[in-house]
Amino acid sequence: MTVPQPHGATCPNCGAPVRFLWAQAVQTTCPYCRSVLVRQDLDLAKVGEQADFPATGSPIQIGTEGRWRERTFVVIGRLTYGWARGRWNEWHCLMNDGRSAWLSDAQLEYAMTVEVGAGADMPDGARVQVGERYTWGDTTYQVATITTAFYLGTEGELPFTSYDRGTSRFIDLTSVDGRFATIDGSEHPPLLYLGEYLGFDDLAFRNLREFEGWRET
Amino acid sequence: MPTPALRVPRAAALNCSACGAAIELHAMGWAVSVVCAACGATLDATDANLRILQRGGQLRLTPRIPLGTRGTWKGAPWEVIGCQMVTITVDEVDYSWTEYVCFNPWRGFIYLSEYQGHWNVIEKLRRQPERERGGAQPTVDYGGLTYKHFQTARARTSAALGEFPWELQVGDEVIARDFVSPPYLLSAEGYDEEITWSQGTYTPPDVIAKAFNLDRNALIRPIGVFANQPNPYGHLPKQIFGLFAMSMVVLVVMFLANILLASNRTVLSRPYSFTRGTEDQAAFVTDVFELDGRPSVVAIDIDSPLDNDWLYLSFALINETTGESREASRQVSYYHGVDSDGSWTEGSRHETVRLASVPAGRYFLRVQPEGGEPARRVVNYTLRVRRDAPVYGFYLVAFIALLVPVIFAVAPSVSFERRRWAESDHAPASSDDDDDDDE
Repeated sequence: MTVPQPHGATCPNCGAPVRFLWAQAVQTTCPYCRSVLVRQDLDLAKVGEQADFPATGSPIQIGTEGRWRERTFVVIGRLTYGWARGRWNEWHCLMNDGRSAWLSDAQLEYAMTVEVGAGADMPDGARVQVGERYTWGDTTYQVATITTAFYLGTEGELPFTSYDRGTSRFIDLTSVDGRFATIDGSEHPPLLYLGEYLGFDDLAFRNLREFEGWRET
Repeated sequence: MPTPALRVPRAAALNCSACGAAIELHAMGWAVSVVCAACGATLDATDANLRILQRGGQLRLTPRIPLGTRGTWKGAPWEVIGCQMVTITVDEVDYSWTEYVCFNPWRGFIYLSEYQGHWNVIEKLRRQPERERGGAQPTVDYGGLTYKHFQTARARTSAALGEFPWELQVGDEVIARDFVSPPYLLSAEGYDEEITWSQGTYTPPDVIAKAFNLDRNALIRPIGVFANQPNPYGHLPKQIFGLFAMSMVVLVVMFLANILLASNRTVLSRPYSFTRGTEDQAAFVTDVFELDGRPSVVAIDIDSPLDNDWLYLSFALINETTGESREASRQVSYYHGVDSDGSWTEGSRHETVRLASVPAGRYFLRVQPEGGEPARRVVNYTLRVRRDAPVYGFYLVAFIALLVPVIFAVAPSVSFERRRWAESDHAPASSDDDDDDDE
């Protein structure tokens, strides 16, 4: 796939070449100096720097490939969050039809979601309670957990900027048939993502990280 | 260019903030807390400095499966990285079981639970049960099965060791509701209004020992019956009911055939009288009658209008051609009256004598009447001979005989189920051990 490159697509901080896999990426990081770069028309601007990346132990990495709903995807970026009980990643995936999806790996329970456009009937995030039910499409979801998380870091390509993120409220909802919904309260209005939980083997991963002393099967 | 694929080291080597002992973290950044093996302190595994969350307690835990043990479950490798003892108190009695945390860097966490030699492999559910119903014994539907409520208890961590993917504190309590559909166990655990569902699968200790490469004797034999233990006799009733049903069909067919094929034809029917006091001259022979067809039952019906009287008849069925004789006898009597308890009757004016498998031929009866009340000089009676009468008694005996193995097959299964539920909140009322949870 040919992606139009910004003029002189090099890192403004260290001069290394910067290549985009996704035409709509708004933000990326320089693989060499870890600068956080934001597209501005045809230029890249450094807006921050990613310090030593927090370890999460995820087996997924940028470049990991997988399969979901009959489409293959490749991981091109991530956000890492911390919360009272640890950390997790939201991996930004590029589907082979050009669309964007998210792979969550909290406690190595995998969920794939896609952002739902404006128009979804959104609850007032501040007043949501565990146990409440909401219906989107044909599925009724129940609020399972409400998590306050803080942004820890980013890597790779994202569809938005992340340098201005602080503490966020995430509302996770589940349904009886394995579907999953999450409301990201860091945006105003909040963003709704719909998808499902999947087992590790369901996603048919390739190009995963290796772990010393472990073989996958 | 993707980030270079760095190999993750086997374990992060750190030191306990409370006592300085070496701490190894195996769960690749997913551990939230770790309990020091040396001093029992709970440390924050997400903090590079292993901040102390809780000082060590007194209770020492010796896992049956040592931490660091590797095993294979469903084709994937797992390492035991943590262990906790969980305790509930029922009627002021403590019951404790052990839960092991197993880690795989790609697949996450599974848990092993052991109580008195009974093992469950537990996985966290990724979807809610479909339906919950209340009532005296609530049920939950999940994955096409209906789970019955077994027990609700307040479960607390009483000791711990190693790594956990949650912030574990000794003394922490959750409300646990258990539902069973053997071999599965669904548990709902509450934590600050959040409910976590998990599913346990009952697994024999031999399977656990093999999966985790343990010595056969490392695990104890199961004691008693566990909540979701499959009923080892559960297949017997099903098998025996199948056989019983087939046998009943055969029996009914035989019964109907017996009735339909029996011609039940009357070959002799005549009145007779007997004058008392003439016993030595009373014997007589009947007219000759023809018995045709296949060898079958001959029935002799006695019918007499007795009134506070009795009569004893001896018979011989004699083949006119061969002289072969079949003998039988029967008493008929009928008494009635009134006493302080009201009116009463005793005896029967009608009796039937059956002779089985009588071959075809020409026969007559020799009859010897005797007995009765001397005051009545003459007693009248009718004899009727029927060919190929249906037989009924065999079928009742056969039915009862067929019931015996059914009872023996059902009893162990019922006993096992009674022992299972005796440990629950829904123990049968007759049980001596009545469990009522203090909630």
